[in-house]
Amino acid sequence: MIRRILAIAGNTLTDLTRQKVFYVLLIFALVLIGSSVFLARFSFQQEFQILKDISLGAMSIFSSLLAIVATATLIPRDIEDRTIYTVLAKPVPRFEYLLGKLFGVLILLAISLAVMTALFVLVFHAREQTVLTETTRQMSSATHEQLQDALDTVRASALRRDIFEGIAVILLKACLLAALTLFVSTFATTNIFTITVMVAVYFIGHLQATAREYWMTQQSAGWLAKTFLAIVALIFPDLQAFNLVDEIVAGVAIPLAFFAKTALLGFFYILIYTLAATFVFYGKEL
Amino acid sequence: MRRVVLAVGMLAAFGVLKLPAERGMSLQHRQSENDIFNLDLREKLGQLGFVAALSGFRAIVADYLFIQAHVAWERTEWGRVLFLFRQVTTLQPHVPLFWDMAAWHMAWNASAAAMNDTSQPRMALRVKAQREYFALGKDFLERGIKNNPDKPELYEALARLYHDKLDDHEQASEFYAKAAALPGAHSYDRRFSAYELSYCEGREREAYERLRALYNESDRERLPTLIKRLKFLEEKLAIPAEKRIPDREN
Repeated sequence: MIRRILAIAGNTLTDLTRQKVFYVLLIFALVLIGSSVFLARFSFQQEFQILKDISLGAMSIFSSLLAIVATATLIPRDIEDRTIYTVLAKPVPRFEYLLGKLFGVLILLAISLAVMTALFVLVFHAREQTVLTETTRQMSSATHEQLQDALDTVRASALRRDIFEGIAVILLKACLLAALTLFVSTFATTNIFTITVMVAVYFIGHLQATAREYWMTQQSAGWLAKTFLAIVALIFPDLQAFNLVDEIVAGVAIPLAFFAKTALLGFFYILIYTLAATFVFYGKEL
Repeated sequence: MRRVVLAVGMLAAFGVLKLPAERGMSLQHRQSENDIFNLDLREKLGQLGFVAALSGFRAIVADYLFIQAHVAWERTEWGRVLFLFRQVTTLQPHVPLFWDMAAWHMAWNASAAAMNDTSQPRMALRVKAQREYFALGKDFLERGIKNNPDKPELYEALARLYHDKLDDHEQASEFYAKAAALPGAHSYDRRFSAYELSYCEGREREAYERLRALYNESDRERLPTLIKRLKFLEEKLAIPAEKRIPDREN
């Protein structure tokens, strides 16, 4: 079973790579390098802050877009190319086919995010080294303690280890979106419909926490508003829960237990959406 | 279609199960967000900016506004600088840099511009405007500290403001001391707190003891300003000759 799933995942990855989805990495590199050149007019604290915000924001949006667009095209294209019939005519259960497709996208997302992280770390490290060298040169006549203080200030504004945990949560969010897109694409008739629905889900998902709080705490809301809010709170994922990088960049310490809880929530979402996708896909007439 | 409806029902059932966990997590780490996204901010940002801020691009929206504030500063449009920094700090209350920059622009740059404002012939009104900018700077830092009580740089900035702009050495000393007590504080915070205290009438003895403790602590603390303030206090407090620091250190 695992061999079959891996074979489908490998094929999906190759197929997506041929569609030149990795061009998104080129755009990311341009955003990163462009912003780092533009930010040279700011002080190093401002520059580092904005560089981190822009890079992590770009990682989040590119990985989410990639997850939605890449997954939305999988099933409709296989149906259009009639590849799906060839695969399912063999002793491959439908859930294995879906799992293989999903894993293919997840591997693609992991590779993309790893490359983006490497680029980000590289650009950031280069800027940090430049600032450290400049600071050392500017403070050559200062005492050792003053120089050390200045260098420590530069290093304090640089990358912290927990930023990588934040990036892992970005990956988890992208995986969740991929699983949800797969579910939508099992009953959608076109990939345009899937993408449109998923863009709406993306925005609603970020508002889900606000809707949930309003639903649970406001007594004065009418039944219609309450029903709508309940639907949003129960059916949509809380995507805001996966935006930990904002806090991390701001220097807020996120406990490891909180990361674990977020990861667990993410895995549950992926599992549930995959199960729902499998359930609907089994009833789909091909 | 029946399967789709059943699947959505399954998602809703899962929704009921995940609700307490999700809400608990949300309350644990996003308490401030409910305060952030109030109607007031929605009016300030405009609809698109507000949606962007809610869609996980809060940091990017804040950075964009920060860059706009930087441009407004270059054009010396102080009202706009204040307006934009209020938005930036509302969006990103946990970034000390933004509070610090907002206070610096108000208390140092805008206040200096107000004093040099040739379009205002009356000096009294210039001074009034300058003090209003000091107060705005102080307000940014106080709110920054409220949002980030563990960040020494904001206490330091407030101490600097009390020293440079408000001429309040007692408060400056207190805030340097608060900064020094926090992890990640600069090594000079303790020294600066004692220096500031040495200017306070009636607290010379306490200042002397703190400066003396620093002096005794290590050679690295025996900096020219510390020795100068210590000598001044020895004279003022009439410290016996045998207890004074040696002259050669001066």
